[in-house]
Amino acid sequence: MPQNSITSPVTPGPSVVALRDVGKSFASGVVALDRLNLDVRPGEFLSLVGPSGCGKSTALRIIAGLSAPSSGKIEWHEPSAAKGRSRPSSTDHSQSRIGFVFQEPTLMPWATVAANVRLPLKLKGQAATAQPRVDAALARVGLSAFAGSYPRGLSGGMKMRASIARALVTEPKLLLMDEPFAALDEITRFRLNNDLLELWQSLGKTVVFVTHSVFESVYLSQRIVVMTPRPGRVFTELAIDAPYPRDERFRTSAEYAGYCRQASEALASAIAAGEPA
Amino acid sequence: MNATRPRIEEAPTRMDRPLRVLLPIAVLALGIVVWEGVVRFYDIPPYVLPSPWLVFSTLVSDWGVLAASLVVTLTTTLEGFALAVVGGVGLAVLFNQSRLIEYSLYPYAVILQVTPIVAIAPLLLIYLPQPLAVLACAWIVAFFPVLANTTLGLNSVDHNLADLFRLYGATRAQVLWELKLKAAMPYILAGLKIAGGLSLIGAVVAEIAAGSAGAGSGLAYRIMESAYRLNIPRMFAALFLLSVSGIVIFFALSLVSHLALRRWHESAVVREV
Repeated sequence: MPQNSITSPVTPGPSVVALRDVGKSFASGVVALDRLNLDVRPGEFLSLVGPSGCGKSTALRIIAGLSAPSSGKIEWHEPSAAKGRSRPSSTDHSQSRIGFVFQEPTLMPWATVAANVRLPLKLKGQAATAQPRVDAALARVGLSAFAGSYPRGLSGGMKMRASIARALVTEPKLLLMDEPFAALDEITRFRLNNDLLELWQSLGKTVVFVTHSVFESVYLSQRIVVMTPRPGRVFTELAIDAPYPRDERFRTSAEYAGYCRQASEALASAIAAGEPA
Repeated sequence: MNATRPRIEEAPTRMDRPLRVLLPIAVLALGIVVWEGVVRFYDIPPYVLPSPWLVFSTLVSDWGVLAASLVVTLTTTLEGFALAVVGGVGLAVLFNQSRLIEYSLYPYAVILQVTPIVAIAPLLLIYLPQPLAVLACAWIVAFFPVLANTTLGLNSVDHNLADLFRLYGATRAQVLWELKLKAAMPYILAGLKIAGGLSLIGAVVAEIAAGSAGAGSGLAYRIMESAYRLNIPRMFAALFLLSVSGIVIFFALSLVSHLALRRWHESAVVREV
């Protein structure tokens, strides 16, 4: 356990990806993001918290390359030190290292769980060598027994597990999660929270987790970035200096309650700051 | 949201299944008995209204002629259907891939659809050899539902799934084959169910339009011919064969649809309550 406990999450250092003054406005005139600055550090578990509509999902989509920023830029840095330099890289390049989990499980209903998890490899032309990787990804999320099932036969939690397995199958360095557990019941959500933390610790991924739940963000993260209402900017950030692994004991501790209060207050201030004076 | 959806029906109970088969058969039997009774009781001559028994015996005695006509009409229908599937799905895919082509051609597809086929058939018969004109009619009537449904299906792709394909750098061809066409499958199959019946109608309309030209030999031509000769029992027999053909086509396509969708689509799943 001690080797796993990370007590100083806000280690300075090169970021995996950084948003610099990123703005995003839509054709409808809605300004979703305004000069957003965000550094995602290697290996960290980062949560973006904010009121609904604050552009946190938009920020995630911009990192994923699914949406282009209207202004500002995204800097990617090679995590491999082999080349001895960190350089911004193209969107194409970044995509291969990203896993994305949507709010909905977003599975293809016509394909089995295994075929859904295989999809990213198939699209990349790696179908021939996919089977062991698909099996491994399914095993990681505890769905091995359901490889041949169709999504409609699965519970909400199991569908989300399949979705996570699909995001992990390409072994991405960076896992982007857009309110993945928002639609699940509390018991299922707690279990998936724990399983996600276990995966994060054992696989050493960098996770950016978007949520509207202060409690979920405190339980999971090392660092919480609180965003203002639309147009979204960083209001403040909060380090959660509690050791991992975190479990149900942490959920009932005074430490947890204290962080939740801090985060809630920060969020309330962010909302107040965003309101027109 | 599901709870407010008006389309949710009560699940079929154990009694429903036999009833759904037995009741229509009982109605049919009753109708035939009444028909036969009325014809006998009032002694209606066969050139006004033949009895069901006479229709049946004509079907047997004229089977050689009728079967040959059935083959002709069914061949046209199936060819028209096959071309409608290829043309409808093909055009929909083309429209989906190129907005310019869609804008250029879609209005004409609509015009072809809304102009009554009965009005187009005589023109086609002037410019095309008769078998080809009949086939063209079957195709014109049948292809539009396939086109419209496939277009709807190709545009009904889950946005998040489309994003997922983009995220993994899917090629255009991969998006089409692995995502759009598969998501469109329920829509395409619904289009085929409509197109199957319509291609039969198209074939019949064209045969009737061509009828007076006299070169045809399909079932609709037999109906026209029998009408001129006041051979009403044979008319009924030919009509009967047309109906049966339509029913068989419908059930065959329903079966194909069920087999293709039963593993995953809501429409093909029996809910347990």
